[in-house]
Amino acid sequence: MVTGIFAAWLIMSAGATRAQSEDPPVVVDLSKDFVAITAGFTGTEVLLFGTFEGKGQVIVIVEGPANNATIRMKERVAGIWVNGSEVSFEHVPAFYQILATEELGDWLPQSLREEYHIGLDHLNIRPLGDVSPGDKKMFRDALIRNKQEAGHYGRGPGKMRLVGGRLFRSTVFFPADVQVGVYSIRTFLIQDQKVVSTQVLPLAINKTGMEAELYRAAHQHSALYGLAAIVIAVLAGLGGNMLFRRN
Amino acid sequence: MFLYLPIAEISVNVLVFLFLGIAVGTLSGIFGVGGGFLMTPLLIFLGIPPAVAVGTEANQIIASSVSGVMAHWRRGNVDFKMGGILLIGGIIGSTFGVWLFRLLRELGQIDLVIMLSYVVFLGSIGLLMLVESLRTMRRSRSPNANRRKLHQHNFLHGLPFKMRFRRSKLYISALLPLLIGVGVGILSAIMGVGGGFIMVPAMIYILGMPTAVVVGTSLFQIIFVTANATFLQATINQTVDVVLAILLMLGAVIGAQVGTRLGAKLRGEQLRGLLALMVLTVCGKIVYDLIATPADLFYLVTGAAH
Repeated sequence: MVTGIFAAWLIMSAGATRAQSEDPPVVVDLSKDFVAITAGFTGTEVLLFGTFEGKGQVIVIVEGPANNATIRMKERVAGIWVNGSEVSFEHVPAFYQILATEELGDWLPQSLREEYHIGLDHLNIRPLGDVSPGDKKMFRDALIRNKQEAGHYGRGPGKMRLVGGRLFRSTVFFPADVQVGVYSIRTFLIQDQKVVSTQVLPLAINKTGMEAELYRAAHQHSALYGLAAIVIAVLAGLGGNMLFRRN
Repeated sequence: MFLYLPIAEISVNVLVFLFLGIAVGTLSGIFGVGGGFLMTPLLIFLGIPPAVAVGTEANQIIASSVSGVMAHWRRGNVDFKMGGILLIGGIIGSTFGVWLFRLLRELGQIDLVIMLSYVVFLGSIGLLMLVESLRTMRRSRSPNANRRKLHQHNFLHGLPFKMRFRRSKLYISALLPLLIGVGVGILSAIMGVGGGFIMVPAMIYILGMPTAVVVGTSLFQIIFVTANATFLQATINQTVDVVLAILLMLGAVIGAQVGTRLGAKLRGEQLRGLLALMVLTVCGKIVYDLIATPADLFYLVTGAAH
């Protein structure tokens, strides 16, 4: 079905390209612009596809909403691992994955990586409060390692398949514990070590249906939610007891 | 078959949690304990965030306690006066416990305190039960062994505010059950348990209550203490996952039936020995986690997964 959409989109975009000469040299789209977290959600794959004009490389950055994050170190005290010092960082993206049509190399100069925060080394993650440079690096590395372990940060740039030298496609996997919010998908076309075209697409990830209702109730009407939870438990207990008596 | 839990915010295998509910429910059916002291650590081992495990387990214990107390009430095995005083203490204790919980969380040491409390209580109670059941097994072979005195007098009987508890056949100071209630209340707030596994031995060995009324009275007061805890957790921390709680309750209802039938067929001291081994196994796993070097010394506290 996804390939069907892909094919249909290619035909449409081919038509559009011919009709307008002012088209941007890079165009990208997603197989869906909304990821619904429902009762059966176990993570999802989103297909990303596009085309570009002329020569060059395409790099896509999928980034989740930014929050503060705290990372803590364990220390051994009297043979037991206890919580030691911690560092909080701001602007930590919940999700980060790079896709590129080529292995990252000289075609993407350091200046560009810094300017557009491309790559885990160039994330705009800043510690809150006074942290020594040594600690900052140690805790920052640990933060990224933990995120990679959870599948929320890519371990390296994902490879995008290039068809006919100008069509590219790839998939992004969002794990089951993905954070809800609006994700941004930034696409850059690089020619001669310069950004010649960019496109930004939003991708909303949200809970829907019963999951969303319960979550909302728990947070907005927490007293009612708590009372309902107690009533359900009492009824379940009485119900269980009635089953007991019959036996 | 997977189900996404709205508050825990992870996707879990329904069958695993149903089975867990049945297994722990069977144990509570056999032994007349709530099972929270086993369920909460098991939920954490299965990847439920500790705060959600504690909040949700409080909710589930209400169901099993209501179910249990009905059976004991019909047999007249609930001392409401004693339960009421324990309950007053329990409310005071759990409110203080929630405050302590928040203080320790701010200090960043709540996980350690939870785990150490489990080690201390699971370890000592598991050992006591194991020794007790081994002794009973030996005693049943040699019938002439000496028996414990039914009623012992000590300094505890000199305390003021004496009260008569007809159902428990006791005339003791009201301060005693009040203090026990406070102590167990604190522990139940921090450990996310009903506290029956501490309350029951305390009622037998400290208060000297007749065994017949102990379980019913303990369950009676646990209903209210855990209802209070559920409400506090839902309003302060939003950590009660009703979907998970219902899954566990379903399993527990089935398990409790299986348990009562099994309990009638099996021999008491062997069962107690079995439970003791299980408690010690869970305790051992927690100890191992505390001393084994973690794969990564760093871990995300907030901003991990939402």
